[in-house]
Amino acid sequence: MLQRRIPLVIVFITGVLMSIQYFIPHPVSQSAYNIALTWFRGVASMAYAIAVISFVRHHSRRLKQPQNSFYSAVALAAFLFMCIVGFGFGIGEGTIFAKMYLNVQVPLQATTFSLLAFYMASAAYRAFRVKGLEATLLLITAFIVMFGVTTIGNYIPFIPKLTEWLMAVPNLASKRGILIGVGLGMISTSLKIILGIERNWLGG
Amino acid sequence: MIWIYLIITLLGNAPPRVFDVPNDGGNALRVEWQLPPDSLGKVDSMLILRKTLPEGKVDTVAKAFTNHPEFVDEGVNYKKAYRYSILYFIGPVQIQSKWSSPAKPIASWIDTRKIPLFILMILYTTILLVYIFTARKGRELYLRPIAGLEAVDEAVGRATEMGRPIVYIPGLSTISDVATIAALNILAHITKKAGEYETKIIVPVRNPVVYTIAREVVKEAYYTIGRPDLFDPGQVYFATDSQFGYAAHVSALMAREKSATNFFMGMFWAESLILAETGASTGAIQVAGTDAVTQLPFFVVTCDYTLIGEELYAASAYLSKEPLLTASIKGQDQMKLLIMVAMILLSLLSVFGVNITLGLF
Repeated sequence: MLQRRIPLVIVFITGVLMSIQYFIPHPVSQSAYNIALTWFRGVASMAYAIAVISFVRHHSRRLKQPQNSFYSAVALAAFLFMCIVGFGFGIGEGTIFAKMYLNVQVPLQATTFSLLAFYMASAAYRAFRVKGLEATLLLITAFIVMFGVTTIGNYIPFIPKLTEWLMAVPNLASKRGILIGVGLGMISTSLKIILGIERNWLGG
Repeated sequence: MIWIYLIITLLGNAPPRVFDVPNDGGNALRVEWQLPPDSLGKVDSMLILRKTLPEGKVDTVAKAFTNHPEFVDEGVNYKKAYRYSILYFIGPVQIQSKWSSPAKPIASWIDTRKIPLFILMILYTTILLVYIFTARKGRELYLRPIAGLEAVDEAVGRATEMGRPIVYIPGLSTISDVATIAALNILAHITKKAGEYETKIIVPVRNPVVYTIAREVVKEAYYTIGRPDLFDPGQVYFATDSQFGYAAHVSALMAREKSATNFFMGMFWAESLILAETGASTGAIQVAGTDAVTQLPFFVVTCDYTLIGEELYAASAYLSKEPLLTASIKGQDQMKLLIMVAMILLSLLSVFGVNITLGLF
């Protein structure tokens, strides 16, 4: 019982205090906010330690599974290598750690990111298939917008203006509609958590 | 030489005026000075000098230019008083104005610019509380069906029938993001549902803090349905904090485990399409929910069901069917109605040339 009540009380008190804090610019209020941030950083750093243990445990377990063992062995070896070079030789500019990061991790990330181009093509194909009235409208609109931002599109009198209008009026209006709903949803969720009505973050 | 003498006399006798900057934490003062009309172009530059009281320490706080006779000093403390003077450079001549009268920055207890927002917040909270109390009295409230949430049972059922796991991604953001909290709320429901059917749920997490919470959420959800034995510590794990490293890991996971159902809930960035498109290629049923407007089109295209914006926040209430949670959704709808009416009225007024911003913009 207390295991559940104590977090709810802490959430209620801190939630109310931090909501009020937002409206008070006084240094007393700002220092309270800074203390909360420091606490959060402290908790986050501890969470990192727990997360690293989770990572090592997860991949160690998978070493026993033949279908996953190779990938997990690579992950663990890479992790251990970076730990050794990082703690042993530092992480500053020109170190092995920095070189590995710049020459291995960064290109790998860029490669994964660049895959998006192919994924976008296949997603676009699926989105623009004419299946009904809505899909047809989407196809026409997409065609105009894409055409409007190309060099050829600029030479057709009404296309750039129409593209601009599509982006600035219907597109922006729907975006704003979603954002207003999101804003209200955020406040509502926060309030439910502060008041202890929403307890699913505690497991239900 | 006469004009230099005149300028020296005029400048030297005019101390700057100092004002408090309102609605701040007492860390700013606005310094204003007046230049004689014929001095423009003759004064090369100016230095703003600050004397801290009671110590009397003099600092040069900024270099000013003649066409900006105003400066905001943000390096002051509300516990001290300050005096200001301007040092003018006119060719080889330096002239210092008189020191201003002492000014003390005021640390405000209320930011008056935020009062309209505060009123709106109180109004919204009141509406929500009214609905919550209405629900407490036992009045039933109707919620419109949301296809994505109606499909949760179907999605979990499919995984059960196929004997394959469910992959749940609670977004890539931190716990400070409300979307992540909403995703964790939904995770509790889905874990309970999956637990009832003894279907495995895999939760790879990107953020360490979110990982610790997600782990507890899953564990507690199994306890709630009376099946703590189903909790496997390896089912919720920290994958990596690298954005595309995470995308690569989850893509590989979906391809190797052949998950029957994928849930993408929370905050996503550029990796959304990589994740959802890989999931779609494996033939899994996919339900996504995000408040990231830029990622919504990708989810709409690649997933079977998508919770758009606020639907993500409503999901927990919708899935639990708890009256108190449902009431908050009704309150949210009422607030939206109010905003819509206000927008229409203000737009109409604007058409007739009456511009009212209610101090919000």
